[in-house]
Amino acid sequence: MKRFAQLIQELELSNKTNDKIAALIAYFSEADDRDKPYVIAMFTGKRPKRPITTTFIKQWAIELTGLPEWLFTESYHSVGDLSETIALVLPPATHTVEKPLHQWIGELAQLHGKTDEEKKDYILTSWDSLATQERFIFNKLISGNFRIGVSNKMLVNAIAKQSEQEANKIMHSIMGKWQPNDITYEELTAGAHVNTDNSWPYPFCLAYAIDTEPENLGEPTDWQAEWKWDGIRGQIVKRNGELFIWSRGEELVTDQFPELHFLKDELPNGTVLDGEILAVKDGNVLSFSTLQQRLNRKTINKSQLENAPIGFFTYDLLELKGTDVRTEPLSKRRQWLEEIIQKLTTKDIAILSPVIKYESWQELAEIRETAREINSEGIMLKHMNSIFHAGRKRGDWWKWKINPYTVDTVMIYAQKGSGRRANFYTDYTFAVRDGEKLITIAKAYSGLTDKEIKEVNSFVNKNAIEKFGPVRTVKPELVFEIAFEGIAESKRHKAGLALRFPRIARWRKDKKADEINTLDDLRALIPATT
Amino acid sequence: MALIQFTNKGIYCKQGDFYIDPWRPVDKAVITHGHADHAKWGNKSYLCHALTKPILEERYGLYDNVETLPYNEQININGVKLSMFPAGHVIGSAQIRLEYKGEIVVISGDYKTEYDGISTAFEPVKCHTFVSESTFGLPIYKWQPQQLIFNSIDNWIADNHAKNKTSVLVAYSLGKAQRLIHNLKADYPIYVHRTIAALNGAFQRAGVELPTTVQINPDIKKDELQKGIVIVPPALADSKWIKSLINPATGICSGWMAVRAGRRWRSADAGFALSDHADWPGLLDAIKATEAEKVMVTHGSTAIFSRYLNEIGIEAEEVKTQYGDEEAEESIEKVEELKL
Repeated sequence: MKRFAQLIQELELSNKTNDKIAALIAYFSEADDRDKPYVIAMFTGKRPKRPITTTFIKQWAIELTGLPEWLFTESYHSVGDLSETIALVLPPATHTVEKPLHQWIGELAQLHGKTDEEKKDYILTSWDSLATQERFIFNKLISGNFRIGVSNKMLVNAIAKQSEQEANKIMHSIMGKWQPNDITYEELTAGAHVNTDNSWPYPFCLAYAIDTEPENLGEPTDWQAEWKWDGIRGQIVKRNGELFIWSRGEELVTDQFPELHFLKDELPNGTVLDGEILAVKDGNVLSFSTLQQRLNRKTINKSQLENAPIGFFTYDLLELKGTDVRTEPLSKRRQWLEEIIQKLTTKDIAILSPVIKYESWQELAEIRETAREINSEGIMLKHMNSIFHAGRKRGDWWKWKINPYTVDTVMIYAQKGSGRRANFYTDYTFAVRDGEKLITIAKAYSGLTDKEIKEVNSFVNKNAIEKFGPVRTVKPELVFEIAFEGIAESKRHKAGLALRFPRIARWRKDKKADEINTLDDLRALIPATT
Repeated sequence: MALIQFTNKGIYCKQGDFYIDPWRPVDKAVITHGHADHAKWGNKSYLCHALTKPILEERYGLYDNVETLPYNEQININGVKLSMFPAGHVIGSAQIRLEYKGEIVVISGDYKTEYDGISTAFEPVKCHTFVSESTFGLPIYKWQPQQLIFNSIDNWIADNHAKNKTSVLVAYSLGKAQRLIHNLKADYPIYVHRTIAALNGAFQRAGVELPTTVQINPDIKKDELQKGIVIVPPALADSKWIKSLINPATGICSGWMAVRAGRRWRSADAGFALSDHADWPGLLDAIKATEAEKVMVTHGSTAIFSRYLNEIGIEAEEVKTQYGDEEAEESIEKVEELKL
């Protein structure tokens, strides 16, 4: 596992993509062959079922250190990561054991079905044989949740270079269905498993945000305009009588969306659709927060099906009658897509994402302003002749999002950050006015410069009113403009509404606390369709 | 009456009529060490360890109104016996021991328990009341022996050389910089920023032995710097000047680097958890060794650390001071680009 620990350290130590790719290439050239598929699986989010609950792991760590639970919790607040906290607080290892990564993973998998005592014995023995960095990795292996700042694209580029294969092919291969314990690195890079697998999706074609005025793109007639929907980008694959739904996170989510299963009977074999999974009622798109009720659930109950019905807005056609059509021009693919969707007998669930008719850029800009009324985030511009690229590429596709909402709020709580920021109040909670009261509407972490953080920090130190664990209530005095992407009703929040992607737009030193927005101002922004 | 009080000017000893590390100007200031949050400009008279004097001279131009005292030597101020004991934090750092009518109070200033090879080693002092810092007062902070850390810094530098990168170490100019210069393998010439060079010079004039270093100046070619080691203070960490070097690789030396979030937040290529403060076991060992009946916890994890001390049977309370952590202070300020 030392070689893997070294890789993790190298990936964390550099903030440059080229260094990270170089570290990955070196790893895939030097590491134990049997480890490599596990690393690829981990980095692409293919998680094994966790053998032990977090509660147990935490409890055993606390027992072992003899620390009071509150102190462990404070430590966790400061570190911000449970695996790392445990690695740091445990007593030093009494001896060291070096096992290859795949062996550790294999041993953890064998814990399924063992008694709690046996599990505990294994974990404690392992902790006692690992240095801090390896212990951290071991803990991450238990949770299977390895977020290390390696994007799929970065990983694919590294593997492609290392194995001297085309990036597209590698992307296909690692996105398909495979298990790290029954595939070799060679088979994986050669894509040996993907041809026989009906499920494989294509890499998604992604767009950059437009960085110029649309006028500079040329003639409107060369550009297809569509609504940009705020849901889960997905691909629907129908081959040999089987149906697969992939999310852009490269997870198979077929079982989560039974509403779409009719496509198994109605789509012709050898069809792959690109589109957006959305909450849809009577052909209208509902808010993202409605869709959220349906995400990451193992089981779905009747009320969820009724409150948040799913639909699929189709954007593109990637495979027609078993042939990859991604290099055909968009105009042609769109035509075929329309034919396929029109032939469906079940209507209003798999829907053509409408093409917006417009004569001039000016007209399109005006149409774009109405996006929020239909729960859209703005407009997508796609060149009529564009192919369906693998990944993000400049030039053919652009997203032209609407400007975010903003609201003036006052800071009422502050909490210290983690790790290096543990000495500074960096996490803030903001409120708007509701009659005489202040009501919390958002928490935000980012958006201030280091200098501003320091200023806010000294304000909090001087103006803290109450302590609740790590949280300080502060005098409501500092006004911040919060930007956000969407707003919806919410029963879980005290304000009765929830903001999507709130962040600090700027510190309004020019405003006083009595000049902030009210809850009614915010309510007025909630679209009628939610 | 208690021997020390925490006032709005600093830690005050009424019986002796002097302040320890005051943060506002006073008549008589006793200084634990030379960091700016402990040694402020503007006091009428100063008393410090002999090796803190060159720092006050260098930084504030103070010559006439600074008295010095060696470690382990007692003087009497208005009936209060005062002596200094090594704190092991930086060169010249001292714990202040006060004794009056049989009551003993020790003010630690900042301290670390591991000997760093250059600051006189920390010495625990028995007392009734101990004033302790708590910068790293959480059980997640457990330093590696410094030799292991220096080995990894040496390896990192060698690796940078192999890859034609310029090694830039970020270290606080008083303490950390000298500790690096003293402990790094002498394989490459060391180039230091002028603030570090000035302090090195002051220490050398006061008789501290330090390996030779070169002050960075515009005449030194970038490829020479690439073949050596560059050391700069935190304020220069993200500067344009560093970006102008040949393939610069920045390594930050600070206790905060022990945690991944600490390393990630700073845009550095490497983080080394090298601290001049006591870690969790160090704080506990030091406090137990004083056999103090009462511990007053200042700057750092004051609330957490004092709560824990009370739970393990050591009476403790948190006190508000204006001391900070020199590493955090200087690096977050992002002072305007310092001139070379």
